Amino acid sequence: MNLLAFARGPALTVALAVFVFGVAWRLLSLLLLPWARDLAVARATAPPALVGAVKGFVRHLWPPRPLARGALIVTVNGYVFHLGLAVIVFGLAQHILFLRGLFGVHWPNLPSGVISAVAVVTLASLFVALGRRLTNPVLKLISTSNDYFSWFVTMLPVATGLIAVSHLWAPYETLLAVHMLSVSLLLVWLPFGKLMHAFLVFLTRAETGIVYSRRGAEI
Amino acid sequence: MSRRETIGELLVQRGISRRALLKYSAYLATLMALPPTAARAIADALAAARRQSVIWLSFQECTGCTESLTRSFNPTIEDMIFNLISLDYHETLQAVSGAAAEEARLTSMRENKGKYVLVVDGSVSTKDGGVYSTNAGKTNLQVLRETAEHALALISVGTCAAFGGIPHAHPNPTGAVPVSEIITDKPVINISGCPPIPEAMAGTIAYLVTFGKLPDLDHLNRPKSFFGDTIHDRCYRRPFYDKGLFAKSFDDEGARRGWCLYEVGCKGPVTYNACATLKWNGGVSFPIQSGHGCLGCSEPNFWDKGGFYRPLSTSTGSPAAVIGGAAAAGVGIGVASALLVRRRKSDAAKEPHS
Repeated sequence: MNLLAFARGPALTVALAVFVFGVAWRLLSLLLLPWARDLAVARATAPPALVGAVKGFVRHLWPPRPLARGALIVTVNGYVFHLGLAVIVFGLAQHILFLRGLFGVHWPNLPSGVISAVAVVTLASLFVALGRRLTNPVLKLISTSNDYFSWFVTMLPVATGLIAVSHLWAPYETLLAVHMLSVSLLLVWLPFGKLMHAFLVFLTRAETGIVYSRRGAEI
Repeated sequence: MSRRETIGELLVQRGISRRALLKYSAYLATLMALPPTAARAIADALAAARRQSVIWLSFQECTGCTESLTRSFNPTIEDMIFNLISLDYHETLQAVSGAAAEEARLTSMRENKGKYVLVVDGSVSTKDGGVYSTNAGKTNLQVLRETAEHALALISVGTCAAFGGIPHAHPNPTGAVPVSEIITDKPVINISGCPPIPEAMAGTIAYLVTFGKLPDLDHLNRPKSFFGDTIHDRCYRRPFYDKGLFAKSFDDEGARRGWCLYEVGCKGPVTYNACATLKWNGGVSFPIQSGHGCLGCSEPNFWDKGGFYRPLSTSTGSPAAVIGGAAAAGVGIGVASALLVRRRKSDAAKEPHS
């Protein structure tokens, strides 16, 4: 079995299994925890919990006005690489084929050149994020190896994918295998590190929204 | 026909002019990316050389490789190779049969000890002593070892001889292995393909005869001049790949417009061969030009790489059961851990407060 056969076969299968296992474990172990009952009386104007959750999520899509100026660059940069990752994952024909193999659904792809351009921007944006983490004294202080490794496993598939599509430096079969292995690494790490925010962001922001709307706060 | 004659003398006898030999030499030099001056050198070397003794053994194969070489669209070019060599043994092409045929092989081995080239097509059965493929009462394994012992070099023609090929495919009932797994003390050139391109076979043999050494080989011992690039890199549909324009099926609008066949399983990006440049049937076409993706037939284990029609970027596993099991385990452990926390909390609540 060569490297590509290993990457396409056992490595991806194991990585997907670990990913599904980890996500199910972490989500259920959190969701089934005993919930503390909010004993405070809700404001008369408090919306239903679901509305509060949605409003909380939407409101947190952008920092509140007093904080927006200081957080503008980091917010915009965050959007750039998050949207970039989404465009790459769901827009490239090869990725759609991979997802079709897993879920049976597919959609039209974007031109490869557009994806390559988006990947370059995304990669640059990821390095900006890393640069800020390394230079901002507060952020640097609170950053752990979890943050750096999560950044690394996110950056790696973008970089290797860009190199593979560009057919640079090594035979395509090697580049494709390395790219797939980097995706496997991302899948294995995602449930157990900070990348789990891909799922938990919906829960945490909804919960915050419910709590604050119940008390009439607009934050 | 005396084997003492030079190739040049033989060609004169057969009415083949020096001009034709020069054209053929130029053709071979071009194919193998040799400098222009090499054409003259090849012609002179060939004309002065004595015919190279070649023994051709056929093992677990379909004769497609021989068909490719002998039934090519433009046989006059590839036929030239038979004027360059003394094909002393070839089960399909030789007139004699039985003991006389075997005697021809043994005689050639005696007379050309250490000088003959051994060409093999087909994989070698090794299971149960190799009894699943025999000839003249001997297993392929025995004949290969016996014949290779005093060979100058070996050429494995076709993917079966080079990498095991279809007989080697799962579950490999005959224990088929490539020639290079049996013969490890001699140089083995692999000219893979199912079948290989005739020019690749002819060019490599001519190179051996002309220069008396092996051509530059890649990591799988294939001549770089024919296996240096991927099909994809030389494919005329490559611009469509770069634009992200793919045929979704063999009969959709994209297929009719000649778009890239990556999505219907083309293995061109990971297949090293000269199909896209030399093409087949005298340069008329090749599989991708005919509307079908590359099967990757010149690569090891091409039969067991997850299916010809499964795109390269997809997983080859059938992970439903594994992932389903992992999901069930994740749910189980998640629920169990939450229940454990609930019980601890409940127990803590029951304890008397100080």
